[in-house]
Amino acid sequence: MSTMSAPMAESSGVWSLPYRGKVGMASLIFAESAIFTIFVVAYLFYMGKSLTGPTPREVLETPIFYTICLLSSSLTIHFAGKFLERGKRGAFLTLWLLTIVLGGLFMYGTGQEWHRLIYEHGLTISTNLFGTTYYSLVGLHAFHVTVGLLMLGIVLIFGLAGRVGVEQSRRVDVLSLYWHFVDAVWVVVFTVVYIVGR
Amino acid sequence: MSPDAKAIQTAEAAGQPWVQTLHEWVTTVDHKRLGILYILYALVFLIIAGLEATIIRIQLMRPHNDFVSPQVFNRMFTMHGTTMIFFVAIPVLFGFANYLVPLMIGARDMAFPRLNAFSFWLTALGGFLLYFSFVGGSGLYGAGNAPDVGWWAYAPLTSRAFSPGHSSDYWTVALLVSGFGSIGTAINLIATIISMRCPGMTLSRMPLFAWLNLIMAGMVILAISPLTAAQVMLTVDRYLGGHFFDTQAGGSATLWMHFFWIFGHPEVYVLVIPAFAFVSEIIPVFSRKPIFGYPVMVGATACIGFLSLSVWAHHMFTIGMNSYANSFFAITTFAVGIPTGIKIFNWLGTMWGGRIQFKTPMLFCIAFLFQFLIAGLTGIMLGAAPFNWQLSGSYFVVAHFHYVIVGGILFALFAAFYYWYPKITGRMFNETLGKLHFWLFLIGFHLTFDLMHIPGVLGMPRRIYTYEPGRGWDTLNFLVSIGAFVQGIATLVFVANLVVSYFKGAKAGNDPWDAWTLEWSTSSPPPVYNFASVPTVASRRPLWDLKHPEDPDSRYE
Repeated sequence: MSTMSAPMAESSGVWSLPYRGKVGMASLIFAESAIFTIFVVAYLFYMGKSLTGPTPREVLETPIFYTICLLSSSLTIHFAGKFLERGKRGAFLTLWLLTIVLGGLFMYGTGQEWHRLIYEHGLTISTNLFGTTYYSLVGLHAFHVTVGLLMLGIVLIFGLAGRVGVEQSRRVDVLSLYWHFVDAVWVVVFTVVYIVGR
Repeated sequence: MSPDAKAIQTAEAAGQPWVQTLHEWVTTVDHKRLGILYILYALVFLIIAGLEATIIRIQLMRPHNDFVSPQVFNRMFTMHGTTMIFFVAIPVLFGFANYLVPLMIGARDMAFPRLNAFSFWLTALGGFLLYFSFVGGSGLYGAGNAPDVGWWAYAPLTSRAFSPGHSSDYWTVALLVSGFGSIGTAINLIATIISMRCPGMTLSRMPLFAWLNLIMAGMVILAISPLTAAQVMLTVDRYLGGHFFDTQAGGSATLWMHFFWIFGHPEVYVLVIPAFAFVSEIIPVFSRKPIFGYPVMVGATACIGFLSLSVWAHHMFTIGMNSYANSFFAITTFAVGIPTGIKIFNWLGTMWGGRIQFKTPMLFCIAFLFQFLIAGLTGIMLGAAPFNWQLSGSYFVVAHFHYVIVGGILFALFAAFYYWYPKITGRMFNETLGKLHFWLFLIGFHLTFDLMHIPGVLGMPRRIYTYEPGRGWDTLNFLVSIGAFVQGIATLVFVANLVVSYFKGAKAGNDPWDAWTLEWSTSSPPPVYNFASVPTVASRRPLWDLKHPEDPDSRYE
């Protein structure tokens, strides 16, 4: 015999456990938070310790418009998920596309800022401590946005092919959890880099 | 054994081409096979890192020895430390967790089987990269060399100026890659334990093994991630000209120390908590009593996990922190002793009044209790900042942490090997050889690591490649080396036992130890699908309930 099923099934009530995708993503978010924490600590620790210029006060401009883009994409993805749950695929796809556009706009903003810093102010990752910590922290976040956009794009392609329905709703929710995390991290990065750091 | 499993096994035995067998193992996503791969992989590196330790001990056997050059000596202790922590200890513990957790909680597999395989192969690639540094460390310059910056790789040793070539980069990338593997496995373990338990397996009925591995996985997530971040920073420094740890541009070498030890200290608990998990399963079975103080054990472990995140700077007392920091980290370090003490008393409480069977796994567990206690006591000594100022960086520290890792973790691991060997292979090990291994290893261990404390107190610094005669270190170092050889021989006995018993051992049957957790309810080795029907449990000891329907545990819990 291969197994004995243990006796005394208590079987009163349904046995339900949290969805593994959500638990896995939550764990990943904890791990990512720890990584971001270290980069944030390094940024704060090295604030004002650069031996040469340029300093954040001289060159940084607060990216308010692009921040609004990214943060509102959290709303659009949330409602996209809600629509999918209720089986409204058209509304889901529209909001999903809007999320990607908003995320893409944010990335464009970051790219533009970097371009300006590099070509107008000569600030690169090796210029001074500010450059090292700034590009690492903002770059790490931008990397996460990029990964998020790729995954959102995959869902969009499947969605346009008509393969994303109510039954995928739980999986889509896992992805939006990640996207919310990326947005939440931006709140921290924004506060540290553009408010505290100047 | 079910007909299916039998069919699968006879098909395997009946000479399918070896290429196909290999292909099955390489592409497997089965948690049991991946568990075995992790364990075998770790055993290979155990032998490699053990040889490196032997080279270190031969070099230190007598003063002014020139068995290896100082450069090679530096590489040996760096590779020994890095390999043992990242490519022996973590994989072997993950291997056992992988193999046992789904079986113990009545699941078909891990939550994410493909992530599981991916994580294993990342870890495997990490180990390969680390050792490839012997060939590729100097890039195109030919001879090549391995990392020689010590396993904690303090800045500025890792800067381009002091570490030319690529040896440090192999070290960084190896740890980065295997770190991603570890995080993947940790996520998998958490999702498995939270979401894949069989009906009736509430959190309060989970075997302690699953509980402790859940806490371990949580700590991996919080501890390995900072190391990953720090390695990224180091790479930015080395390749993109960043200044994180570059003191000449205002960077801080101390920051690296903080980042490293924020990983480094919890890492010790990442390794020791699975050891606790083994002991918590084995001692009750061989004492014929349920574990004493189950909820307290869980609470104490969570407490250790929590406290261990706030003790890291006790590795840094000698760098000159202010007195508040010194006091804080000394106090938190002492505080870890409280939940650890609770656990030791709980294990003793489990044994107390039990009908103890002194089988090989139990012998290793009992030795674990004594040795882990002593290791903890020297840990408290080193946690006192003034005492630490005297002995930090000496062989006393080396003796202390080897007491934890060998005397504690490795002994528990040997116990686990013997205890679950019948389940994994379906064969019993040779008890006589097991006892021989135990006594030889015990003698070798104490000869090496008891005596190693003394040259430390006498002022012998760690990581020196040789020393002057006449300082009172000579005889001690000689005996320490002899002890290391005894341990080496004992390990050969262990490996021989594993290999010979695999072919010649008696059939184990489902449940050779008359144990109580779910893995013993299925055949040995378990079929691919683990359980033919999903088990349902009503207490912490489902097999006790099954064997004693007249007096089940579920009546009392």
